[in-house]
Amino acid sequence: MHKKYSISGKGFISFVKDIIIWDLSGGVIYQLFLCGLVLIMMLGVYAYFLQFNSGLSVTNMSDIVSWGFYIANFTFLVGVAAAAVMLILPAYVFKDRDLHKVVIIGEVVAVGALIMCLLFILVDLGNPLKAWHLVPGIGILNWPSSLLSWDIIVLNGYLALNSFIPFYIVYSHYHNRVPDKKKYLPFVFISIFWAFAIHMVTAFLYEGLPARAFWNNPLMGPRFLASAFAAGPALISVVLGAIHSFTEFNIESRVFRKLRLIIVISAIINLVMLFSEIFKEFYTPTHHSRSAIYLFFGLDGYDALVHWIWTGISMNIIGTVILMLNPGRKNPLINLPAAVLLFFGIWIEKGMGLIIPGFIPSPLGEIVDYTPSWVEISIAFGILSFGILVVTLLVKPALIIEQQFEKQEEMATQLIHT
Amino acid sequence: MDVFKNRLKEKPFGRRAFLKRFAMAAALSSSASATGCIGLLQNDDRFQLKWKEYFKNNYRLMTPQEKEETVERLERLAQIEKHVDIQMSSKSPVDGVLFGYAFNLTRCEGFMECVTACVKENNLDRQTHTQYIRIFEMEPGGMSPETGDGKYFHEVPVDHHFYMGVQCFHCENAPCVRACPTKATWKEPDGIVVVDYDWCIGCRYCMAACPYYGRRFNWGAPKVPNNEMTQKQHYLGNRIRPKGTMEKCTFCVQRTRAGRLPACVEACPTGARVFGNLLDPDSEIRFVLKHKKVFRLKEDLATDPKFWYFVD
Ligand code: SF4
Ligand code: SF4
Repeated sequence: MHKKYSISGKGFISFVKDIIIWDLSGGVIYQLFLCGLVLIMMLGVYAYFLQFNSGLSVTNMSDIVSWGFYIANFTFLVGVAAAAVMLILPAYVFKDRDLHKVVIIGEVVAVGALIMCLLFILVDLGNPLKAWHLVPGIGILNWPSSLLSWDIIVLNGYLALNSFIPFYIVYSHYHNRVPDKKKYLPFVFISIFWAFAIHMVTAFLYEGLPARAFWNNPLMGPRFLASAFAAGPALISVVLGAIHSFTEFNIESRVFRKLRLIIVISAIINLVMLFSEIFKEFYTPTHHSRSAIYLFFGLDGYDALVHWIWTGISMNIIGTVILMLNPGRKNPLINLPAAVLLFFGIWIEKGMGLIIPGFIPSPLGEIVDYTPSWVEISIAFGILSFGILVVTLLVKPALIIEQQFEKQEEMATQLIHT
Repeated sequence: MDVFKNRLKEKPFGRRAFLKRFAMAAALSSSASATGCIGLLQNDDRFQLKWKEYFKNNYRLMTPQEKEETVERLERLAQIEKHVDIQMSSKSPVDGVLFGYAFNLTRCEGFMECVTACVKENNLDRQTHTQYIRIFEMEPGGMSPETGDGKYFHEVPVDHHFYMGVQCFHCENAPCVRACPTKATWKEPDGIVVVDYDWCIGCRYCMAACPYYGRRFNWGAPKVPNNEMTQKQHYLGNRIRPKGTMEKCTFCVQRTRAGRLPACVEACPTGARVFGNLLDPDSEIRFVLKHKKVFRLKEDLATDPKFWYFVD
């Protein structure tokens, strides 16, 4: 290990100090990467400033399409957040050693995704200064009646769980202690169930609205799970690939192989369910199929989503097929572009392709198009950059500490043997 | 006895409030004359009012005293910020009243007098042309507004067409109410579904949940010229809404709780609109429900709207 990444002392203060120092030190490319993220964030902050002052009228949302790009991204990122469970489950329950080494990266990606989710909800509020009305005690949380109140609870809970577990482990390793399983394993198991909960509840948010036939579909929850368990591990593979290629940390190819398997299975299940939905909408098109017709073919000359959804589905299918054929048998990094393709395919499908058509046509049959305004796009990219920044700044120190701990352990075992 | 007790309870509050107001006014005028700087003081006053407004409770949880206070603050703020004198009420529902509405499809000729009256009465945003009521021009052969034209702009009535008005239907089993994460929208005992504009956080989940397009959102700050403003307002009704909050038809709560008809009913030149107390067996609405063949929109959703359509 490089000299500059050495642990300087004990206690919480030196822990934080070391993390900051490690985060800020790095090569030119790393620094440029951070600066780029900060620049995009600043654009986002500026756009939000405009939105805050003049209201949501600077977006392209309307009384008919009343949720747009923000909620679309929110919905998709919930999926990414829950994907950590696809590493946690094998790592802790089936005691998979390879995945255990990278499980922390999954958890950090989840933290980043959750922070982005909560920010997307916040920027979508018309009256963000009154957000405290949601806090039980000082405000009123309409639980259990409102599904949105459920969602707020499960998202925050999952964020707490996924922050606590890795923090505890890394903090113990920093002090060269073996973390006490009794203290964190119960939370690991809770977090596994919780990951399913954040999916199902977010799906129920839409599924529970008879007013919107396009969403009022019992397959919504299961499809959420399947697509997330494809998109999430796909993203984690890409992150691992980046760590493997751009840093001195080595990720074993066995990890990529296992992730590929998870992705392929989930993606196939997702496609089967998509096919079942398409069959229902188009074999006997009813009035309730008008949203789907709008999405896939356009309605009365309005077709803003048509090219999105076909691009999304093509990327989805191509990505799945490539990963199935597995050209990267020898070098798993070759599979990564396919993972990227699949990830963005699901992003389109689970984001814009799911949220917008729910509103079109309106309950009174009116059709309008929606494309995000530059303010919406800037704010969204600002939030995404912030998420990437959070993940970067958390993953880096975590990996350093983990590696140093491993080395210490190795040395200790060697000592015992000699 | 109970009445007497209540009075005893109320009285000191009333007096205290009065004294407080008196003291405030006295302090205000004396210091204003001392410094000679009314502008600054007014600003200070405004800040205090806004501060209290920001931290106030959900309307449903307020005591009658608190309701009175917030209404007063809002009146003061309208004076300071917009220079208009408004009279805001916080009148509670009347016992034994459940409001219902019926729409005569034979009579309506699509003049949209109701829309104009509603916009005026309810201080709807003139900039984005918000309207609670929509009139659909329908071709014979269907009863769903989905098949109609909601944007017609020509002389009416057109031969062989009929007209269908839609607005919030004040569902008994309202999906919008169930959806709201902060309980900022609810059904009042007299059946009106209202929004506390100051408690709403603007998440728009209720809007997604409404199967009738009954809700409107303030995407920006609503604009109503002072000389066109209806000054008799109700906290839950036609007061000017803050930016970023939800609003909707309230059956003109400011009028109907005072015993008047909603503005749309009053304005309709053909008498197509019927409004009244569903609990009163002699009301016109009960007559319609008893003697006409009525139907409601999307009955399959079990929302149980208190808005019926009928033909003569
Ligand atoms: S019509 Fe819509 S807004 Fe009105 S009460 Fe019913 S669900 Fe709520
Ligand atoms: S927009 Fe307002 S009234 Fe509607 S659900 Fe959200 S907080 Fe409730």
